[in-house]
Amino acid sequence: MIANPTDILFLASAVDAGGPWDALVAFVRDWPNMWPGLWLATQDTVYMVLWATIFSVLFGLPLGVLLVTTDRGGLTPAPVVRAVLSAVVNVGRSLPFIVLMVAVLSLTRFLVGTTLGPTAAIVPLSIGAIPFFARLVETSLREVDREVVEAAHAMGTRKSTIVGKVMLPEALPGLIAGLVMTVVALISYSAMAGAIGGGGLGDLAIREGYQRFNDHYLWATVILLIVIVQAAQSLGDLVVRRLARR
Amino acid sequence: MIDAVDLHKVYRLKRHRVTALDGVDLHVESGEIFGVVGQSGAGKSTLLRSVNLLERPDSGTVTVAGEELTSLRGARLRAARRGIGMVHQHFALLSSRTVAGNVGFPLEIAGVDRAARRARVGELLELVGLGDKARAYPSQLSGGQKQRVGIARALASAPQVLLSDEATSALDPATTDSILALLRRLRDELGLTILLITHEMDVIKKICDSAAIMENGVFRESGRVLDLIGTPGSLLARSLFPLPDIGGEDAVVVTYPRSFDEPLMSELTRRFDVDVNILGGGVEKVAGQSVGRLGVQVRGSRRDEALTYLSEHGLLVEEAGK
Repeated sequence: MIANPTDILFLASAVDAGGPWDALVAFVRDWPNMWPGLWLATQDTVYMVLWATIFSVLFGLPLGVLLVTTDRGGLTPAPVVRAVLSAVVNVGRSLPFIVLMVAVLSLTRFLVGTTLGPTAAIVPLSIGAIPFFARLVETSLREVDREVVEAAHAMGTRKSTIVGKVMLPEALPGLIAGLVMTVVALISYSAMAGAIGGGGLGDLAIREGYQRFNDHYLWATVILLIVIVQAAQSLGDLVVRRLARR
Repeated sequence: MIDAVDLHKVYRLKRHRVTALDGVDLHVESGEIFGVVGQSGAGKSTLLRSVNLLERPDSGTVTVAGEELTSLRGARLRAARRGIGMVHQHFALLSSRTVAGNVGFPLEIAGVDRAARRARVGELLELVGLGDKARAYPSQLSGGQKQRVGIARALASAPQVLLSDEATSALDPATTDSILALLRRLRDELGLTILLITHEMDVIKKICDSAAIMENGVFRESGRVLDLIGTPGSLLARSLFPLPDIGGEDAVVVTYPRSFDEPLMSELTRRFDVDVNILGGGVEKVAGQSVGRLGVQVRGSRRDEALTYLSEHGLLVEEAGK
């Protein structure tokens, strides 16, 4: 009887004692030893990404709305305000995340008290993701049918209500898709945050995998990151599909 | 009900200026269906949007139901807009809301409570013949059904005035007819005043009491449809009844502004000893009346007398080719 997958690999390795098989078997056998560390790192990653996502929505959504409403032909055209906001967003977008992370170290220290650990990583992660999400919000809001907005005006709707009850609900599928993209980007950023001691799966991959030449940790973090990204994407797709069906 | 006086509107683009309204006067009686017809770019869309101030004219005044809208701003303008329903070319429904949610939207804006809203929405959907579609989403409806939802929504806050922006332009002919019939029925039942813009002469022919032809930001012609048809040289009559080219010798165009029982043409031949040769013609129902136009050749020594006879009987006689 074959009790578990490891046995299959073991049997296979007995038949064909080639290098890759041995390596795979060794990796699978090593998994239980690595798991406590991997699990902690996964929790750290989820923690960082979750909070950074919350801050991205909290700040990125209003920013995206303002980028649309202050534009020419928007609800409250304000060219100067828009130019400033757009420039700020572009600065945030143009910095490679690893540079941004280093650049905001002093702010991180001011806000969190330290630059190490997952909580500290939330600061650069949020700062990196806010402009990213804001642009995605802007794009989906622009997709909203102008005629629908005009119809709302014709019904005597105040501008704040048009944003809240017309533009955002109409753009919701696009907003959710943008949110998923942001989460996926944040997972990738969070791995980078590991490079300067942010904790999480990226940190583990660098410390154990790169600096201590432990390939098993490298592979394990890769697998876990893929699983997390897939889970986020599938969940998002499901929500978007349900919204699109109406 | 709607009085717009001397409206001007110029759009300033980067390099040039586009005059959308160049001194338009518009008067729509209470309970009337008024159609503005014109090519795209004639300014009719700007005119319609000036009535509820979606576009603020550069000068001129707009008065609807005794209230001068051009003097209002902010909350008072929004309140006034609630008294004017609007129907849109591409329906402008919220895809994120059900039919009931769309129709109830203006009521929600006006702060009507949930129970009252539900009752009113049911009433409105019955009125437009969609009583069974309350829970459907717009994407599940046909074009004609969507426009019915649009009309129900426009009527939600019980407006006296309905603005229709090419409401049937995106619909097929059969659906267009049913929507036009619905608009007329609503006018008859609710005493609505309807101002519509269209590029289709058919719409004018089918439901309008009055009409204006717009070109380059001005009305080329305006008035009651039946009067216009009886007016010599009327653009509207010519557009409503395009006749084949009948520039032949002695040809005249005879317009019947109403239906006649007398056999006028055979009278002509008997009384004045002229030859009447029919070149082309058509009869149409306009504003609920049968109206016809006929291209005929009239020949004989007493031709002038014969034509005068027709004019005296209320027909409009125009020499063709003039």
